[in-house]
Amino acid sequence: MKKDQTVGEALRQRGVSRRGFLKFCAATASMMALSPALVPKIARALENARRPSVIWLSFQECTGCLESITRSASPTIEDLIFNVISLDYQEVLQAASGTHAEEARKAAMQENHGKYLLVVDGSIPVGNPDYSTIAGISNLDMLKETAAGAAAIVSVGSCAAFGGIPHANPNPTGAVGVSEIITDKPIINVPGCPPIPAVITGVLAHYLTFGKIPELDHLGRPVAFYGQNIHDRCYRRPFYERGKFAETFDDEGARKGWCLYKLGCKGPITYNACAVTKWNDGVSFPIQSGHGCLGCSEPNFWDKGSFYRPISAGMWGTPEGLAAAAVAGAAIGVGSALAARSRQKKASEEEGA
Amino acid sequence: MSLLDFARGPALQWSLIIFVFGVVWRIVGAALLMRTRDFSKARVSSGDRVKGGVRTILTRSVPPETFEKRIRFQFITGSLWHIGYFAVVLLFVPHILFFESFLGFGWPGLPNPVILVIGAITLATLVALLVRRMIHPVLKIISTADDYISWVVATLPLITGFLAMAHLGLRYETMLAIHILSFELLLIWFPFGKLMHLFFVFPSRYNVGAIFARRGVRV
Repeated sequence: MKKDQTVGEALRQRGVSRRGFLKFCAATASMMALSPALVPKIARALENARRPSVIWLSFQECTGCLESITRSASPTIEDLIFNVISLDYQEVLQAASGTHAEEARKAAMQENHGKYLLVVDGSIPVGNPDYSTIAGISNLDMLKETAAGAAAIVSVGSCAAFGGIPHANPNPTGAVGVSEIITDKPIINVPGCPPIPAVITGVLAHYLTFGKIPELDHLGRPVAFYGQNIHDRCYRRPFYERGKFAETFDDEGARKGWCLYKLGCKGPITYNACAVTKWNDGVSFPIQSGHGCLGCSEPNFWDKGSFYRPISAGMWGTPEGLAAAAVAGAAIGVGSALAARSRQKKASEEEGA
Repeated sequence: MSLLDFARGPALQWSLIIFVFGVVWRIVGAALLMRTRDFSKARVSSGDRVKGGVRTILTRSVPPETFEKRIRFQFITGSLWHIGYFAVVLLFVPHILFFESFLGFGWPGLPNPVILVIGAITLATLVALLVRRMIHPVLKIISTADDYISWVVATLPLITGFLAMAHLGLRYETMLAIHILSFELLLIWFPFGKLMHLFFVFPSRYNVGAIFARRGVRV
């Protein structure tokens, strides 16, 4: 595949029909909550877009995010769109290794300076940068070096977006997300552990179509995918309203598909497209499979108490504080009562005198 | 730490510490001021203290016949919002889970639409009572800052709870955090204002009844 080929040319070469391509454009528009009138615009923009160079850096991560994308139902038009970008550096997918791989990254950076898209998965250890290195280069240095010439950055997965699991208490490596290091580039956070494949490709498609980053929420996430919370779009929501809850994972309520709120579902405080887009080509999502939402697209999801503790349950702390408060209260109560009695006695003595 | 984490964690712990401290202080202080000995002989007509105390708890829960007409509105609205408030606090499932996380046991709750209706009636009654307090010539004069502060801290959790439940205003997690914080404000104010009647109302009725029973008077 030639580097200066347009997406349209690449798709035709791969035998993708016009109809199939337009279907993808319509699905993307719908997923991004764009007007159907924009479908031709998306198609035109995508067709004529030069394949942008994409450099994908993986830092402190489990490769789950990449697994997620490669597990997108194959072959789909999404795969093709993903294939027709010029993925110039991705440690897992690229054939090159060692010096050749690093040379490929450097060449892509040089050739496309200021234009390439940087995708990052994994968090960056800043406590001790030597905890994670690639080709002898610390993640911190590699991120700074590569981000300098990027047009925009896409932080894929909760680790790159917010620090994720490596950031969880006690955060031994001092892990942080990309936005805590790079502050002078547009950053799109696509959190999730892992994120939904269609969401990642949707974000890339939006960037290709409009040449700019989509509307983001206060956490830097595309509103089109992270605008609504899981609870609001959950098919089990009516059971929540009716007060029908599964009490355990194998009781009658669980079998009947009742709400998982009591089992710690974090759906009400989690913003993601799982309940709408679902996984595995729309087959299911965690709640549909019988497990509550873990809230993996939210910052610090690992440190919000147990996954199985309901949202409304308090974090009560230790009983010592309450015991001390009760003892102190009792002491002041006794003191104030004695003082009052002494005043009473004095007053009655004065009256008697 | 997010606002919700703060509300569910440190804010809850500290507000509860203040609540326990204040409540124990007030109860111990009041209990030690009670008369412990009788200085006179019991009258011939003296009744049983316990019976008198219990009777007064019950009789004072309904309006006396003489004043029934005059206090009907107060009695009905007062009872209505108290019952409604307790129903919302104790029978909304997420609230039950909140208590369960502390007590270790829960109880059955009501469906959300039922709670919504009860909450709406409770809120409307509270607003009506506040308006009455502000325009009633006598009530207006005898009302103190405590009355208004207690109304605000008791009503805020209801309003914020409604907004959180209906997903109105701010994002759900922020509104939920504000709802929990408003409840914590209630906990903090509770021992130091008139809300303390939750603990005092029945013991004081009992005490009055018991004293009058010894005097041979039925109240």
